[in-house]
Amino acid sequence: MLKTETKTKMRTFSRPACIKPVVYHYCPGCCHGIIHNLVGQVIDDLGIAEKTVGIASVGCSVLACDYFNIDFVQAAHGRAPAVATGVKRVWPNNVVFTYQGDGDLAAIGCGEIVNAVARGERITTVFVNNAIYGMTGGQMAPTTLAAQKTTTSPDGRDALRAGMPIRVSEMLATLDGAGYIARVAVNNPKNVFKAKAAIQEAFLNQLEGRGYSLVEILSTCPINWGMTPVEAMKWVEQTMMLFYPLGTFKNNGRQSHDT
Amino acid sequence: MGETKLMKGNEAIAEAAVLAGCRHYFGYPITPQNEIIEYMAQRMPEVGGVCLQAESEIAASNMVFGAAAAGARAMTSSSGPGISLKQEAISYLAAGELPCVIVNVMRAGPGLGGITPAQGDYFQATRGGGHGDYRTIVLAPASAQEAFDMTMRAFDLADHYRIPVLLLSDGALGQMMEKVNLKPCEPKMTSKPWAATGLHGRKSNNVVKTLILKPEELEDHNNKLQAKYRDIEARETLWEESHTEDAELILVAYGIMSRIAQSAMSAARAQGLNVGMLRPQTLWPFPREAFKDVAKRTKAFLVLELSAGQMVEDVLLSIEHKRPVSFYGRTGGMTPKSQEVLDEILTVMGMKGERLKC
Repeated sequence: MLKTETKTKMRTFSRPACIKPVVYHYCPGCCHGIIHNLVGQVIDDLGIAEKTVGIASVGCSVLACDYFNIDFVQAAHGRAPAVATGVKRVWPNNVVFTYQGDGDLAAIGCGEIVNAVARGERITTVFVNNAIYGMTGGQMAPTTLAAQKTTTSPDGRDALRAGMPIRVSEMLATLDGAGYIARVAVNNPKNVFKAKAAIQEAFLNQLEGRGYSLVEILSTCPINWGMTPVEAMKWVEQTMMLFYPLGTFKNNGRQSHDT
Repeated sequence: MGETKLMKGNEAIAEAAVLAGCRHYFGYPITPQNEIIEYMAQRMPEVGGVCLQAESEIAASNMVFGAAAAGARAMTSSSGPGISLKQEAISYLAAGELPCVIVNVMRAGPGLGGITPAQGDYFQATRGGGHGDYRTIVLAPASAQEAFDMTMRAFDLADHYRIPVLLLSDGALGQMMEKVNLKPCEPKMTSKPWAATGLHGRKSNNVVKTLILKPEELEDHNNKLQAKYRDIEARETLWEESHTEDAELILVAYGIMSRIAQSAMSAARAQGLNVGMLRPQTLWPFPREAFKDVAKRTKAFLVLELSAGQMVEDVLLSIEHKRPVSFYGRTGGMTPKSQEVLDEILTVMGMKGERLKC
């Protein structure tokens, strides 16, 4: 359950204090900007900027470390959970989060995320799933949908040869070390609020020492999907959500599948 | 004087790390270095430290990256195949100028190879090993005591120069037990104002990163790294000479091979042959000047390695081919007896057939 939803207050829009006043490099219609701001708002709201260390991964969000006013470490491709483990074990009272895309987390970094969750590391992962490798120009990812066209699946992902996509949240929720696992989207204002609540819950999960927390956020890549930003948002809702249902898959060690 | 104990070389490394103030060890099992992670699993909790068995060597070395970025003294260890996997993180550690210690207890390769001692990882160790232009300091102990001493030194060097330091041991040194004096040594702890510790009142945020997209900035960064490497070359070269004053033939060996060479040299000298030895203790930086100097006095070199010939290239480069250099090596985890080396000495000195006893 996304229980903090009702606590959201009306306020004037402003840049989160822990986000630098710089222009993001992200493409028009990409959701990284929204998600950065949500993470920034949660860090501000919880008052944890002084003790938070972010881990950037490889992909479009590799430059996330240039956008936050907090300490950051840039990890090798897929290794953010291992790097975060190193930081967290040195400063157990700090808040440590990784910000990873789907190519980074679900392909090359599958071993690192699975084992970090299994160990129950007190870390939070913001997992941005746009079903494609964005930075390298739109190749097939483990999360690419069946029949989805990419530069390395020009006729659409062939499930017989390339398999079906990995549902990361469901997979990780089977691990005992997971404290909080949820999938959200930022395709409309209502879902943006829910996404913020989920990110907040994930950070609270870490602050309260309840194991690993991960929020999977369905995102867009209009450029590599070959769509306008508006079409991309519709595709998230009408196509991605059919395969990747929104919901909380683990909370405080309690299994649930509500959407 | 500290306590003296009978220890395996691997255990000496682990204890030295603890005494050097290392409280974060990340490892993964592989023979012949398992004593290090097993020792740490028991020892680290006693001193309030962390010993974490990672899911792979890749993860272990990236945990070291995280711990080092967070400002801690961190270490990992492995052997051949595992060290190959660590090269990814080592390149990032070098690029991010993160201090740490990496131990390679060498086994025979290539591929999965075998678990017996070898020195075939010399090129990998001394040329950087991963992608990009970088070096790591490479220390090569020849006894359990030296493994202990060098591990302590490795942490200080790593912090001082902000560089990964590689301790290049081998399966024989790691497994054999020798007397080790646990000399108390005050670690030279340095402040790390660049570390990602969380702001905690600091005005500007610290970012540890290795992506530099502007070519001119990346070239500047490379130039900075290279200047540091030149500085290390000028200051941190270590070697040991014996009987080089009168030697007509200089044996060159490091690690366990130097112990065999030592026996062969003693046997040769006992029988009137002027044989000396030069043992590099740092493989990078390589003691080039020492070789140049010795080359002025001696007639020839015989390089001995547990490989098909890797360090021999550095010897040739150092003396600029001004003296004849012979090579004798065994591979596959085979270790020569000192008699074998003595026979080779006689061959090189033109006394083949006059088999002396070792």
